[in-house]
Amino acid sequence: MADSEVTDGPDRKDDIERAKSEGKELTKEEKQRLRKEKKQQKKNKEKKEDRASQESEKEKKPVAATPQPPAQSSTHKAPPAVPAPVSVSVPASEAPAPADKPAKSKAELKAERRARQEAERASKQNKKGETGQQAATSKSKVPPSELQPVVKRLPEHIQVDNPDVLKKLAKKLERQQIPLRSDYGYKVSLFSHLHQYSRKTPLTQQLSIPSTVIHPAIVRLGLQYSQGIVAGSNARSVALLHAFNQVIRDYTTPPNEELSRDLVNKLKPYISFLNQCRPLSASMGNAIKYIKKEISNIPSQFKEEEAKGKLLSSIEWYINEKIILAATAIAEYSIEKISNGDVILVYGCSSLVNHILCEAFDKGRKFRVIVVDSRPRLEGREALRRLVQKGIGCTYVLISAVSYILPEVSKVFLGAHALLANGYVMSRVGTSQIALVAKAFNVPVLVCCETYKFCERVQTDSFVSNELDDPDDLIVTRKGKTQLENWQQVPSLGLLNLVYDVTPPDFVDLVITELGMIPCTSVPVVLRVKNVDQ
Amino acid sequence: MELQAVLMAAGGGSRMTDLTYNTPKPMLPVGNKPLMWYPLNLLERVGFEEVIVITTKEVHKMMSTDLKNKLDVKMRLDVVCIQEDGEMGTADALRHIQPKIKADVLVVSCDLITDVALHEVVDLFRAHDATLSMLMSKAHEFTEIVPGQKGKKKTAEQRDFVGVDHSGKRLLFMASEADLEDGLSVRKSIMRKHPRMHINTGLVDAHLYCLKKAVVDFLTENKSISSIRGELVPYLVRKQFSKMPSDEKMRDDSEDQTQKKNDGSTNHEFLISLRDEPLLKLAQDRSCWNDHHGDMSGAYHGGKLRCYVHIMDQGLCYRVNTLAAYIEANRLAPKLFEEPAVHPSADISERCQMGSDSIIGALCHIADKTSIKRSTIGSSTTIKEKVKIANSIIMHGVTIEEGCNIQGSVICSNAVIGRGADLKYCLVGSSQRIEPEAERTNEVIVGTDQLMEI
Repeated sequence: MADSEVTDGPDRKDDIERAKSEGKELTKEEKQRLRKEKKQQKKNKEKKEDRASQESEKEKKPVAATPQPPAQSSTHKAPPAVPAPVSVSVPASEAPAPADKPAKSKAELKAERRARQEAERASKQNKKGETGQQAATSKSKVPPSELQPVVKRLPEHIQVDNPDVLKKLAKKLERQQIPLRSDYGYKVSLFSHLHQYSRKTPLTQQLSIPSTVIHPAIVRLGLQYSQGIVAGSNARSVALLHAFNQVIRDYTTPPNEELSRDLVNKLKPYISFLNQCRPLSASMGNAIKYIKKEISNIPSQFKEEEAKGKLLSSIEWYINEKIILAATAIAEYSIEKISNGDVILVYGCSSLVNHILCEAFDKGRKFRVIVVDSRPRLEGREALRRLVQKGIGCTYVLISAVSYILPEVSKVFLGAHALLANGYVMSRVGTSQIALVAKAFNVPVLVCCETYKFCERVQTDSFVSNELDDPDDLIVTRKGKTQLENWQQVPSLGLLNLVYDVTPPDFVDLVITELGMIPCTSVPVVLRVKNVDQ
Repeated sequence: MELQAVLMAAGGGSRMTDLTYNTPKPMLPVGNKPLMWYPLNLLERVGFEEVIVITTKEVHKMMSTDLKNKLDVKMRLDVVCIQEDGEMGTADALRHIQPKIKADVLVVSCDLITDVALHEVVDLFRAHDATLSMLMSKAHEFTEIVPGQKGKKKTAEQRDFVGVDHSGKRLLFMASEADLEDGLSVRKSIMRKHPRMHINTGLVDAHLYCLKKAVVDFLTENKSISSIRGELVPYLVRKQFSKMPSDEKMRDDSEDQTQKKNDGSTNHEFLISLRDEPLLKLAQDRSCWNDHHGDMSGAYHGGKLRCYVHIMDQGLCYRVNTLAAYIEANRLAPKLFEEPAVHPSADISERCQMGSDSIIGALCHIADKTSIKRSTIGSSTTIKEKVKIANSIIMHGVTIEEGCNIQGSVICSNAVIGRGADLKYCLVGSSQRIEPEAERTNEVIVGTDQLMEI
């Protein structure tokens, strides 16, 4: 998230100043940005006074306020505490981020910022007692990322072991009348900062049955997410947009309210609800951002029917362009990379990779596929079924056999859940293993990913931001015996069911997107181009 | 609006006529509350604000007159009265109120007493976009002795064969014993799609159904179906696996449809084309989930009609449609609500021995030296001295004179038990008088006008 905002911030600021001086009317976006910056500055001043009374010694990460619509406000809550093991990895991730930022700030702005930093640092040192390491890290953190008056905060869903954040979340949910889902079971200590829910206690238990607070389509969607009926980032995004279609259709503007502002407020509790059912994916986040932007850009003179029609058609455009047509384009590019006689290895069930292989088969390429699968989800079975139904010859192995089977493989095609801004690929757990082994065998690894899954987050490890699935999924009954039945009673036993992992860009040879075939490190460029377009 | 609740309270109680000839079944007191209160309480607890109650004029009158304070539900009750000639089945009643139905329906029967977590049933309905979702429970043996029962109780009652898939949620097969004359035959199409099927016979159908709105519309077209449980549910379960002609063929057959309403064409009543059907299909295509593994077909085998069942194995679930169930329910129903066992307005003398598992209604007069164990006493009853009551159900307005001994019996409302009577396992009908010093065992005492004419 840091990169594009940093590059945008000074540019936009210049634009605004230029526009002001020229007497032109500021566009809506620029006005919003100005308003937000003013708010942030006020907040910063207030917080400096608050911090003196706070007893916590931990650092608040300097944050970058985004010029984007309030959609991201949920990810921008101020965490007063950062757990110790995380703070060690976080500076490491922060270090490459400033290094990637091109130095774009002008001399005057830099001087202003330096002055502000000095003032803040001085006040901090006077008021707080210092703990050596953290002060040092804070000093190293403060200069690069406080280059602009924007604030970035840790998202709440990865601070579960911080009681203050939990309290804030509970208050927010109470305000939105959404029940709080409680965590289940013992969490492995390295991942205790993440939520872990049980599938047997769905969120609907605490909702009234004819759900009045939350639109029924959203309740249905949340249920389907939490039970895994809709799984896979493309499917989840499409289902989300479908539910939003129904919400928009059933929406009526209350009197004395504007559709552009009220509808966004109506969507917020729904998004919190869906987040409680299952943490939002990067693709869903981008889709939500798009919708919120579309809604707030509706001119006020539109009548309700016109506005609704416009929103529905823009959602249709988004799905068509970003998902369906992108898949077609990616398939076309990929088919160039598949030659006759290839042995292609795929992992799990990625809708995009399945689509590519089916298209290639239709175009007459002769290849065979090795499907690698892993417990507990065993999604490979579904991929296997779809490919075999098409007529493609397949082999099925479990991930433990991947180094055995790799000498036969000529290419590896992987799907992605999200592509991070530093070039890392976030995908189903096990993907990084496959990429690693493929690299060891010098087999090319190609990742297929649509651009709407590109995320502005930066991550170098799979610990900080991940998802914990239901630990009871790991329990299996063989020959009538369930060994792990009473795992909760064993004090030294924890079950860990991770969902995602990140693959470094060194292991990925090519990323195929609808914009073309790019190397992994070009992701920030694509993000920048996207932001400028929008 | 997501769901509309419909309470079917027009049933006659044909299997317990001794109790119901004077009091309509929905108003029978169970734990001193009318039977209707229990499903209404369930709906209210879950969060419904409005219920459509289908009942008879008699019950409606009773609801509004003297029992108003007993039916203290905060929901809005929209009462629809129908004729009490017994000709209208549950499906007919649903057809009758079709204009009021604007969303999916939750049909509850008035004689259901349960503490099920209703979200289990409704979640199946929501998550799988099911056409029908119902509740069933593992049956419990009734341990109480039923008055008037001569000899051992024969389980000659109708057994239901319910077939579910390996997950225990999808309903594959439903038939009652009466319909299976030659034997149980399972269609090959079901076996091909679901090779593992568990068939249960000891399940109690709770008569709680979630139905899609399209089903109610289908009922208006198809006037031959008159009972939900008897005809509609088996029909829907069968239709899950029937071959459906392709869409183009349907358009060709559209002229034939008006002439002959055969099953195949009416099937498409359910498949109302949703506006976003292509989006849903796209989401399902891209999703890597399948409800079954091992064959080549996609999720749900491509079937659009799905029926689900939630089988409760713990917790209360009773359908009060027989005398035995009524007695059992009286024993256990009070656990469902936290009102005090003894109504504050009851006048109980101090020398009365009362067990903690007895319930005393309002405005009772209980004199000295009485002993009441494991019993339910209705409101406004008078119990004189030296009366022993054990394991019994006494309804409202009953007068019990001194020295009586009542065991395991059901005394209906406004009855008078004479002095010194000794009743064991009897059922005394409404407004009956038992003469003093009578000794009755295992008898049903009802008025002569209720006896059948030969």
